[in-house]
Amino acid sequence: MNRLKRAFTFGSPAELARIGVILALLGLIIFGGLRYDNFLSAFNILSFLRYNSMFALIALGMTFVIITGGIDLSVGATAAMASVVAALLSGHHWAAGLGGGVLAGLAVGILNGFLVSRMRIQPFIATLATMLAASGTGLLLAGNQSVSVSYDTGFTAIGQDDFLGFPIAAWIAGLAYVVGWLVLEKRPVGRHILAIGDGEQTARMMGLNVERNLALVYAASGALAGLAGVILASQFGAGQPTEGVGWELFAIAAVVVGGTLLTGGSGSVGATLAGALLLGMVFNILNFENGLGWISLSAYWQSIIRGAFLLGVVILQARLQQRVKLS
Amino acid sequence: MTNPQVPISTIEAPRARGGFLLYASRYGTLVAFLALVALNIAITPNFLSMQTLTVNLTQVATIVIVATGMTLVIATGGIDLSVGSLMAIAGAIAPMIFMHPAWPAGMMPIAVTLAILVPVAVAAVLGLFNGMLITRYGIQPIIATLVLFIAGRGIAQVMTNGNLQVFRNDSFQFIAMGKIAGIPTQVILMMIIVVIAWAVTRYTVIGRQIIAVGGNERAARLAGLPVKRVKLYVYMISGALAGLAGLVVIARNSASDANLVGLGMELDAIAAVAVGGTLLAGGRANVIGTVLGAFVIQLVRYTLLANGVPDAAALIVKAGLIVFAVYLQQRADKS
Repeated sequence: MNRLKRAFTFGSPAELARIGVILALLGLIIFGGLRYDNFLSAFNILSFLRYNSMFALIALGMTFVIITGGIDLSVGATAAMASVVAALLSGHHWAAGLGGGVLAGLAVGILNGFLVSRMRIQPFIATLATMLAASGTGLLLAGNQSVSVSYDTGFTAIGQDDFLGFPIAAWIAGLAYVVGWLVLEKRPVGRHILAIGDGEQTARMMGLNVERNLALVYAASGALAGLAGVILASQFGAGQPTEGVGWELFAIAAVVVGGTLLTGGSGSVGATLAGALLLGMVFNILNFENGLGWISLSAYWQSIIRGAFLLGVVILQARLQQRVKLS
Repeated sequence: MTNPQVPISTIEAPRARGGFLLYASRYGTLVAFLALVALNIAITPNFLSMQTLTVNLTQVATIVIVATGMTLVIATGGIDLSVGSLMAIAGAIAPMIFMHPAWPAGMMPIAVTLAILVPVAVAAVLGLFNGMLITRYGIQPIIATLVLFIAGRGIAQVMTNGNLQVFRNDSFQFIAMGKIAGIPTQVILMMIIVVIAWAVTRYTVIGRQIIAVGGNERAARLAGLPVKRVKLYVYMISGALAGLAGLVVIARNSASDANLVGLGMELDAIAAVAVGGTLLAGGRANVIGTVLGAFVIQLVRYTLLANGVPDAAALIVKAGLIVFAVYLQQRADKS
């Protein structure tokens, strides 16, 4: 009887939100395509993908962290620090820049994992502290200014060039999402972290190694932030120690818009991708709106509209949740 | 059975350690504060001067004002990420009021009064908006306040067109630059707010309700406490105090910059609360601890800067301090 009832109601609130975000994304694409001539041009699509691949990467790591019921506030500062490390190493070989940046991010991630899983410090505080530390380290390494990357070793290709018609950065992000999806949906470790987010005590009693899984998740989030930092340095031709401010909130917003609850225990990699693309698309459309000259939106309006958009989405999700609870 | 001493010692050992941790968490912030003062007397030139005291007090005043509101919010188990943006909004509104050319010459006192009351009221209403999102829609505090964190600074920037508003208005700037009995007004403001908040959490019904809601929301609701109203209050207070802090900052700078006022303040305030010993899970409100926490963070920064360590390195030390303080508390709480 219960099962019958469930079949006729619209799934879980999280599923509903996920359908909502995909519909909203499609709606925005159709709106943009109809309203602006160049919206669906190859140039716009490719630069959209190039730029948003960084945010998509940190949102992917954030999804896993949030599924465990945690949060990672350090990703923006980590990406900034990694961009500095990558820029400093980019002169030796492009791979040195890439590897160095990712390793720098991974180091912060491992530290986060240690603080959260071994020292049992709340993720919010642990990653707040590493956020300060990472941004301090980035500033120290860079001497308080941006560091230019080397153009001789081909390092800038990572963020600026295309491969088979698509930006290399988008390939990297796409590959990361495929791997992330496989890990979450098809591997035991994915089920384990879902179980941990659902109830840490229960997961522990089931014999799962909670500490190791948590450490893995934070390490992955750090490494992905490092990768985003590499793309940042490569795309803008400089390691930027003060960039990345607010990126963590963008990533959290993307995950939330994707329907993943911050309480943990559920989440979908695909929905996060849709959430990140949706938030990026709002910006993209605002830029077109500016170009048309209908409303002259300054950069300041963009953050208001982004906030209002987030507000709309979270209220909608709350409504859906309440309705599902009642039915 | 062969060695009856063993069980006794295994019982004794954790108790002794628990005692130490309990002391460390309860008085650790105070000890750290005193140690920092002693260290500075020893190594920092001219530390024991009126000027150093004033610099430190005025720099810490805004953090303490915001962190007091944050303490109440965190005591209910919530968090308020929007405080920095609310400071920017309040800071943007005030000069618009008292610098408005329509004011007749004699009406300046009214203009200044309005320039203090209106921004604080606006910030309180925005805080109430945070509380509404949390109580009415059941949105998690970190997400609900994230909305204004993102949009709030944009609102301030749009109002001022992103321009720096420079002014000179002695009666408005009295809230930061003035002195009462030789003490800077902002420091007096800070003390008044701290004393009120301390008394409220200690001796009033609403204070106990705040702690009860944070301790166990379900139980508080079942016991008939007005859980939603309590939450609305704390977010409103947090908003209002952030607005006031925004006014102090712009009065001190003789200028309002929507891009910078209150930037990163949410982190400083949360850090002060955490170092001060209020559990981030809620259920406890240690206002005096928060004040000490803010002073410790400020003194660490001052110590490093005064001795030639760059600001970036001070960030790393601050991070270590936060982790250490929270770690101590959690260990003490468990034992």
